[in-house]
Amino acid sequence: MAFEALTQKLEVVFKRLRGKGKLSEADVKQAMREIRLALLEADVNYKVVKDFVQKVTERAVGQEVMESLTPAQQVIKIVHDELIQLMGPKDTKLNFSQSKVSVFMMVGLQGSGKTTTCGKLGLYLSKVGKRPLLVAADIYRPAAIKQLQVVGEKVGLPVFTAGEQDPVAISKAALEHAHRHGNDVVIIDTAGRLHIDDELMEELERIKEAVTPNEILLVVDSMTGQDAVNVAETFHSRLHLTGLILTKLDGDARGGAALSIKAVTGCPIKFIGVGEKLTDLEPFYPDRMASRILGMGDVLSLIEKATSAIDQEKARQLEEKIRKEEFTLEDFLEQIKQVRKMGSLDQIMSMIPGFSPQKLQGVEFNEKELVHIEAIINSMTKEERRNPSIINGSRRRRIAMGSGTSVQDVNRLLKQFEQTRKLMKQLSDLEKGRKKGRFRLPFF
Amino acid sequence: MGFFERLKQSLVKTRNQLAEKIEGIIKLSAKIDEDTLEELEEVLISADIGVSASEKLLSNLKEKVKTEKIRLPEELKEALKEEIIKVFPAEKLEIVPPTIILVVGVNGVGKTTTIGKLAYKFKVQGKKVILAASDTFRAAAAEQLSIWGQRAGVDVVKHQEGSDPAAVLFDAIQAGKARRADIIICDTAGRLHTKKNLMEELKKLYRVSEKEYPEARIVSLLVLDATTGQNAIAQAKIFKEAVNLSGIVLTKLDGTAKGGVAVAIASELNLPVLFAGVGEGIDDLEEFDPKAFADAIL
Repeated sequence: MAFEALTQKLEVVFKRLRGKGKLSEADVKQAMREIRLALLEADVNYKVVKDFVQKVTERAVGQEVMESLTPAQQVIKIVHDELIQLMGPKDTKLNFSQSKVSVFMMVGLQGSGKTTTCGKLGLYLSKVGKRPLLVAADIYRPAAIKQLQVVGEKVGLPVFTAGEQDPVAISKAALEHAHRHGNDVVIIDTAGRLHIDDELMEELERIKEAVTPNEILLVVDSMTGQDAVNVAETFHSRLHLTGLILTKLDGDARGGAALSIKAVTGCPIKFIGVGEKLTDLEPFYPDRMASRILGMGDVLSLIEKATSAIDQEKARQLEEKIRKEEFTLEDFLEQIKQVRKMGSLDQIMSMIPGFSPQKLQGVEFNEKELVHIEAIINSMTKEERRNPSIINGSRRRRIAMGSGTSVQDVNRLLKQFEQTRKLMKQLSDLEKGRKKGRFRLPFF
Repeated sequence: MGFFERLKQSLVKTRNQLAEKIEGIIKLSAKIDEDTLEELEEVLISADIGVSASEKLLSNLKEKVKTEKIRLPEELKEALKEEIIKVFPAEKLEIVPPTIILVVGVNGVGKTTTIGKLAYKFKVQGKKVILAASDTFRAAAAEQLSIWGQRAGVDVVKHQEGSDPAAVLFDAIQAGKARRADIIICDTAGRLHTKKNLMEELKKLYRVSEKEYPEARIVSLLVLDATTGQNAIAQAKIFKEAVNLSGIVLTKLDGTAKGGVAVAIASELNLPVLFAGVGEGIDDLEEFDPKAFADAIL
């Protein structure tokens, strides 16, 4: 099911609209069909989609088509804004107890990633100066306790275990242990359970009663489908959740479940898990998630990822260059080197608007390609790198020879570079626009 | 208890609600019209069958309504069930010893648990089974598999955490040959299908199986969590390319999720669902029966 970027689909829908000044109901309806499809394919709950589409239609009909925005972008802007509103506001603050040990309880279905997330959250908290204690209260799954112990060891945090006795007793004992050993946060890893398993849900209620958690966080797999709502609703009604953590967002799931759950329970999404490493936990940003659900890439996360991998000084220089539109092939080369530090390429590419992973299918982005690109750029003169427009046919041939590639490869690289530059320009325009208080481009 | 009862029983919680809904729709509209079909679409999409597969099912249904002159709501329901059943390729897993079963999937779908259940199932059938703990990545995965191995009463070949998964499989194959095992089941680390390097690692496991045990039949099973949404299609596609999937094991069907995305996968990739996981017990794995599945959904 190849999914084209929503923007493109809507462009087609609105092609015949050129020259019109207002969006008519029929135009909007047609666009809404595409949006509905995009949301359903992103696993947003059917009912939520229905309400949402209705709301957006109302807002969109009769809207003036803004100058310099095509109707497609106009509609997407509205959709995007509404999505952000539905998922926001950004609320990633965790509630800590003022005087006592804070208690965080992690709950969720089997396989949603609770144990790993416990480790990640523990590490995150220890980085901000807390002294977390991980508590192994999953007594059902074989080797779950061992798993938490290993995770704890990896992140350098103590793990409280008390064998396979009652999880309520374990939790209580852990709290005491924390008191005695100077831990100020306990993170309880509970067993995965089905929301319809009455007995086990009751167990959670008893743990809650025994240790009065400051946070009860539902861990949700971002690949979850329509059922996410049922699950979250049940957990919420029985435990009164304080927030959500969305996991496995490093895949290509568009994570519509996030939207559904937020819409239905009202619980804020606090963190997202974005990788297998224990450092891969990030605060949640509604605007980025909105872009992802609509299949529009995630430039902000990309930039952030870049800045965390690149040293700050270089990042500042790059930013300066982007702003002044002085981005050259040399910077491109530098960037490629940095990109390789950031992680797998397709993951990064998927964050760039218009580079949806589906579109990249068949295009092999492997490390070898990067080596070629490096070689090509290295075969250029300094002047050529600074000003690629002077690269004519004979220069292309020379560069191809020098780098052991073909002229086609050189052409492709130059084209890629031009695209990147355009993207950068768009970004910096956006930045300028914001300063002048004008509207924002919808998809960043 | 047979599969039919069992699956139906575990789906009953969902089913009631859903069936009522459908029956409500069907009864309300004594005449079958566009609205009826649209509401049926809602039911199908809510079961994670997805937009395009649902549209396909419904357009077939419309054809049928016309050609077979379906008038009664009850007939409509039966006809839709038939359409769902028809989507699944009628393939069964036949074990011809020696067989290597590669069990693959994304993180947290229940691969290790499924292997425990499979091992038990084959053991009960009198087959000799060896498990290969090739999930060397996740903390304590090998321990988890060992516990399942004990429960099922089969041997487990394992290495240290962080060691080469292919080396574990290699050893398991040697052990399998020496001990004349009928089936070697290989547990693999959960991996997102978008991680190219990890998918390469999986291909390597497949190649090792081919090379080290040419006379064995290789069966690749994709374990799919029934709660998964449309992303499962992308998963199935990419895993299929990597290890030539033989079929799917649909797990966690004892929740309220319907696993409807299996319909989309079957329809798009022609992949059969071979087993259904319906609980946490060692015998909670049943052969998949499309009829029971359709009955349980509608």
